[in-house]
Amino acid sequence: MADSDAIRVLNDKCVGCMLCVKACPFGAIEMKSRKAVIDLTKCTLCGACVPECKFDAIIIQKKEEPKDDFSSYKDVWVFAEQKKGKVQSVAFELLGKGRELADQLKSDLCAVLLGENTDESSKELIARGADKVYVVDSPKLKEYQDDPYTKVLTELVSKYKPEIVLCGATVIGRSLISRVAVALRAGLTADCTGLDIDPKDKLLLQTRPAFGGNIMATIIAPNHRPQMATVRHKVMIEAEPDPKRKGEVIKEEFPDDAFTSRTKLIDIVEEIEETVNLTEADIIVSGGRGVGAPENFDIIKDLALSLNGALGASRAAVDADWIPYSHQVGQTGKTVCPKVYIACGISGQIQHLIGMQSSDVIVAINKDPEAPIFKVSTYGIIGDLFKVVPLLTQEFQKILK
Amino acid sequence: MKIVVLIKQVPDTTDVKIDPETNTLIREGVDSVINPFDMYAIEEAIRIKEHLGEGEIVVISMGPPQAEVALREAISMGCDEGILVSDRKFAGSDTWATSYTLSRAIKKIGDFKIILCGKQASDGDTAQVGPGVSVHLNIPQVTYVKKIEKLDKDKATVERMTEEGYDIVETPIPVLLTVVKEINEPRLPSLKGKMRAKKAEIPVWTAEDLACEEDKVGLDGSPTRVVKIFTPPPREGGRLLEGEPDEISKELAGLLKDTIIG
Repeated sequence: MADSDAIRVLNDKCVGCMLCVKACPFGAIEMKSRKAVIDLTKCTLCGACVPECKFDAIIIQKKEEPKDDFSSYKDVWVFAEQKKGKVQSVAFELLGKGRELADQLKSDLCAVLLGENTDESSKELIARGADKVYVVDSPKLKEYQDDPYTKVLTELVSKYKPEIVLCGATVIGRSLISRVAVALRAGLTADCTGLDIDPKDKLLLQTRPAFGGNIMATIIAPNHRPQMATVRHKVMIEAEPDPKRKGEVIKEEFPDDAFTSRTKLIDIVEEIEETVNLTEADIIVSGGRGVGAPENFDIIKDLALSLNGALGASRAAVDADWIPYSHQVGQTGKTVCPKVYIACGISGQIQHLIGMQSSDVIVAINKDPEAPIFKVSTYGIIGDLFKVVPLLTQEFQKILK
Repeated sequence: MKIVVLIKQVPDTTDVKIDPETNTLIREGVDSVINPFDMYAIEEAIRIKEHLGEGEIVVISMGPPQAEVALREAISMGCDEGILVSDRKFAGSDTWATSYTLSRAIKKIGDFKIILCGKQASDGDTAQVGPGVSVHLNIPQVTYVKKIEKLDKDKATVERMTEEGYDIVETPIPVLLTVVKEINEPRLPSLKGKMRAKKAEIPVWTAEDLACEEDKVGLDGSPTRVVKIFTPPPREGGRLLEGEPDEISKELAGLLKDTIIG
């Protein structure tokens, strides 16, 4: 059976070093008589073991697909998500990265904007680095809806054939781009933390955390176009605006039936929050089990407010009903990467760490010196959060005055 | 009325530890569980059935043979049937091939009204498979659903969570919904459910059973492929600030000043 499978161990090359056993995220490799043996009921052909083997003893055979001619595909596209007519900052971050990629490919950087009254936004996208802005302007595209957005974006991509399409990993972005990629039979990599161009074959190298966060995988889509990727907010550096930049706005017309939506948006409800949106925030102050009671969250909130930051929480605090789920950071909550993350009374379970460990600076305040949060914190304070947090609030108020 | 729930078996991360030397997850002895987000999809399916007083819940999981355990657990909670979509030919599927394969299985079931999925899987984190399935089936989707406000025979009104709050969306049925944690609290299996789950027959559907096009499944059917795996260097070891709380607060404020203002 092993011979006919896509994955094989070359016994004459395998030296039994066990590197692959450690690399396998699925526990599918065992050593038998000092040779690696792959349990095919567990192996998912993820490919983690192949580059890990120093002796080229594991091969995964993929049927060679006939290479299509991709020479007509060029340019880097950024989907410019707008809400209430305002381009979301994640689009400017993608333009920052997109500029680098387009320069490496010696192609144009283009933004694609769907909405109503788009003139100001188009100018802004050009100022942020777009050489061209493809615009579809219609009252029917004012708010995001799955069907018309999917149809319009899919048709634009089919018509203009970009080599790369980037999109923010937002609620809208993830819902939209997954559909577009399936419709186009294109490869799509979610939540990339790194994007680069392979100098040799000009493929887009898409790097993302894999298998629960602590391993990074670089992914390519060699035989499909466009190459598509989503990137989370705050991961790439925003392109600075240059009002003098020149670019071209290309307005596309669609027949009215392209905007038909099976679902109907009845209302948009904004929940009033005292603090800013978690995923947008530059600074987040979070509370965990150590906060002890719902009313104690006030001191955490005060610190967040003094920093113009957002209020976060660990799952323990949410499960105890001290704070709503919308504040939860971690595996089953939101993934964030602010400039500063202050964890108060959070022990640092792996599920929480997955959601915040890519923050630039992590501050941990905890009574327990053994708390795992201290292993990832830039600055650790072993102490009573009820003493430290109010003092910190005072200090920051002084600084920001 | 058939309700289909798509679930994935994932490593249980509740007690996963990180190897301090290699900075990788220690997976030895780690159990597999139903993807936590899919638990809300299962629970919502059961609630819909209870609400309507009729219906049949079919749970589908695509994965290796051992994913059968996840299906039995779903049945023990109250789902009626489990189907395992499993074939060595499916190994190496990316989200494109996975959504294609699952859509083939749903077509085989036929007569579905609502398809429920968790918003994403906790191991892959892509949130791509649900929307992909809706495209393959050519049905509408609503993602990140936090509440089903109203459910009629041919339409539903739901709340979709957004970054700022939520949207209220009306959708025709059939529809695919991906759900978030806020939607409900999953129940524990009943004793009766456990007995039923133990006895349940779980059919295994292969690529042949689903009449899948070969170049659309598994590794060969997947546009993306992994070319490199690496472990990022562990986070810089932290510095402990010591002293009296007021001194520490001053010191920290000083250390963070530039980052906060800049």
